[in-house]
Amino acid sequence: MPLLKDGKIVNDSWLYLDDSIALPKVGAIVVSLARWQRDRAALMARTDSVGVRLTADQSPEQIKEDLTELALVAIEFPAFTNGRGYSYARLLHRYGFTGEIRAVGNVLRDQYGNMKRCGFNALEVKSGETEAHWQATVSNFSAPYQVAADGAEPIMSLRQQRMAATGG
Amino acid sequence: MYRYDEFDRNFVNERVTEFRGQVARRLSGEMSEEEFRPLRLMNGLYLQLHAYMLRVAIPYGTFSSVQMRKLAHIARTYDRGYGHFTTRQNIQFNWPKLDQVPDLLAELADVEMHAIQTSGNCIRNVTADPYAGAVADEVDDSRIWAEIVRQWSTLHPEFTYLGRKFKIAVSASDFDRAVIRFHDIGLILKKNDAGETGFQVWVGGGLGRTPMIGKVFNEFVPQQDLLSYLEAVLRVYNMYGRRDNKYKARIKILVHETGIDELKAKVEAEWREIRDSALKVPDDEVARIRSYFAPPPFEQLDAIDRSFETKKFENPEFARWVTGNVVAHREPGYRIVNISLKPEGLPPGDITADQMEDLADLAETYSFDEIRATHEQNLVFAHVKQSELFELWQELAEIGLAMPNIGKVSDMIACPGLDYCALANARAIPLAQRISKRYADLDQQFDLGELKLKISGCINACGHHHVGHIGLLGVDRRGEEYYQITLGGSGAEDAAIGSIIGPAFSSETVVDALESVISLFVELRLDKERFLDTYRRVGAAPFKSRLYPEKLDAAA
Ligand code: HEM
Ligand code: SF4
Repeated sequence: MPLLKDGKIVNDSWLYLDDSIALPKVGAIVVSLARWQRDRAALMARTDSVGVRLTADQSPEQIKEDLTELALVAIEFPAFTNGRGYSYARLLHRYGFTGEIRAVGNVLRDQYGNMKRCGFNALEVKSGETEAHWQATVSNFSAPYQVAADGAEPIMSLRQQRMAATGG
Repeated sequence: MYRYDEFDRNFVNERVTEFRGQVARRLSGEMSEEEFRPLRLMNGLYLQLHAYMLRVAIPYGTFSSVQMRKLAHIARTYDRGYGHFTTRQNIQFNWPKLDQVPDLLAELADVEMHAIQTSGNCIRNVTADPYAGAVADEVDDSRIWAEIVRQWSTLHPEFTYLGRKFKIAVSASDFDRAVIRFHDIGLILKKNDAGETGFQVWVGGGLGRTPMIGKVFNEFVPQQDLLSYLEAVLRVYNMYGRRDNKYKARIKILVHETGIDELKAKVEAEWREIRDSALKVPDDEVARIRSYFAPPPFEQLDAIDRSFETKKFENPEFARWVTGNVVAHREPGYRIVNISLKPEGLPPGDITADQMEDLADLAETYSFDEIRATHEQNLVFAHVKQSELFELWQELAEIGLAMPNIGKVSDMIACPGLDYCALANARAIPLAQRISKRYADLDQQFDLGELKLKISGCINACGHHHVGHIGLLGVDRRGEEYYQITLGGSGAEDAAIGSIIGPAFSSETVVDALESVISLFVELRLDKERFLDTYRRVGAAPFKSRLYPEKLDAAA
């Protein structure tokens, strides 16, 4: 499936590997958590990148110690109303994970803004959807109320800066 | 009162623009109703039995005359000339048209109001003590912290698709006027021995089909750490709360199934990670917000006003209203006035556009331009001069809002019930009307004293029946409307969930059954005991035998 990444629709260069299929010699692959835990040595022995796909019931806490070995974590949304993945992305971000955090499954365009704020940097889109579709739904909030994972300055700090600048 | 600065103003305007886009995509068919549903709910727009319903937030229940006039204008322009105050310091309009809702929201934004997060599975409009800033028993003004929570929770990127709705309430007093113990998170502001302020945090309260009293998760979260603590609770809930069954998705179930100690440990562990972060509320931000809630310019008045005492003496009806609806203020010569939205025979919480405008004028004249909404579907003027109570009372009487029944049997909460609601088993409003006729005699109501009667048309408990001293719950008996009676509940500091007293009563017999309960209370009470205290002293047994004498015969 195509991906939305940094505001552009791109082709996915990663392969999702079913648990029953043997490891290919080359190519970037994404495996399930169970596969990662089972075949970890073999996966790490490969030269090409590996990523793990977490279901909504699998907290990233389970791969906290492995993150330096991973280049991608895909977080599954079984329904767009199941918002666990937002917190998972925040955790990954806090653990210092610098690879790709990808939202996969049932995701709505209107959720893109919040996902970015929580640390997602890629998400799966339906074939046929264009960048324009996505841009049309990106909300233009000049500043958010919260600190999150995207580094946007929250309103509270903007106020502080203003107060400091005007001396009161 | 809090006033928006340019950041708040921009934000709310941008939210209107965003929603306008979403509505346009829904109207053009680009978006399905299924996709639109969570988006509209997050902005307070429900689809009901007959039409859309828009729920507008009155954050922590405080609003101004200008805002009230705008609500009146909206009631006239977009609705059928009235509004409905709810149990969570919101106001609902029942007939807006979808294509007009963005304009309606833009009008609200003009007076610094919105419908953000008044429904949906997100952090709901934060509520607070309606007497904040006026009552002597508070540690601090709870609205300062409610506003801080409002800002933090507004479109929180991580918590917009929670397992279920999430309600937060703030109070600053040992007296609970905000149903703190029945919220997902209830916050009570306290001072510790060192004189610092912080929050006692209650987690996991709620009503609905599995009513639960919240549990104290932390005795003292220092005030500057409030947001990190809240974020820790919400993150743990978002990750571990159940998603398989919507009736088991509230945090109360997570607390119950995980166990307090284990869940508390998870929250504390998460809190340690984020406590020393940008979530700390800076002192100058607290000071900035505090300045908006500075006390109004009170006059130096004597505690006793002769003309007021004379008027009470001369006019027993006025005296009764004072006894019933007026409470002490912390400033000498001032009083807090409750305005009952439960006149005999009308739906609890309803108010017409004309009444809204009149109240806006009265608030301007008598209460520093400020109005409060309460969780019991009434309104409050928080700062009225004792010497002006008589004039205010006369003016309220003229517009039909001087009912002196606060806390009495006719000050009922009743949900919309079968008249409006698709989930209902039974009617609630007509039952409330029958009861208010049965107890129309105010002398009798005053004699009975505080008696909280609450009616829900089904187990979702929108009418708070679980926390009624007496609760009435609509049930379906082979297609007939029946009512179960619960006794002994309380939503206040003596929180309790009422117990079902026995088999349900038919619609024809339920008012008589209620009267039996109340007359037994009158026989059993000692001195000025409230119904709740009598019930707690004597237990359920005498009420059972009075209501179901045939069971005794069978046992004999
Ligand atoms: C007529 C349309 C309405 C419908 C379909 C409806 C539906 C529901 C449902 C399904 C719940 C249970 C939610 C849960 O436990 O997770 C609920 C709870 C509740 N509703 Fe309503 N409701 C309606 C109107 C109202 C109104 C008008 C009010 C206020 C006056 C109200 C106040 C509440 C409150 C306070 C709760 C309890 C929240 C808790 O469990 O802590 N509802 N409602
Ligand atoms: S308690 Fe039941 S009947 Fe009453 S409004 Fe709520 S869902 Fe409807």
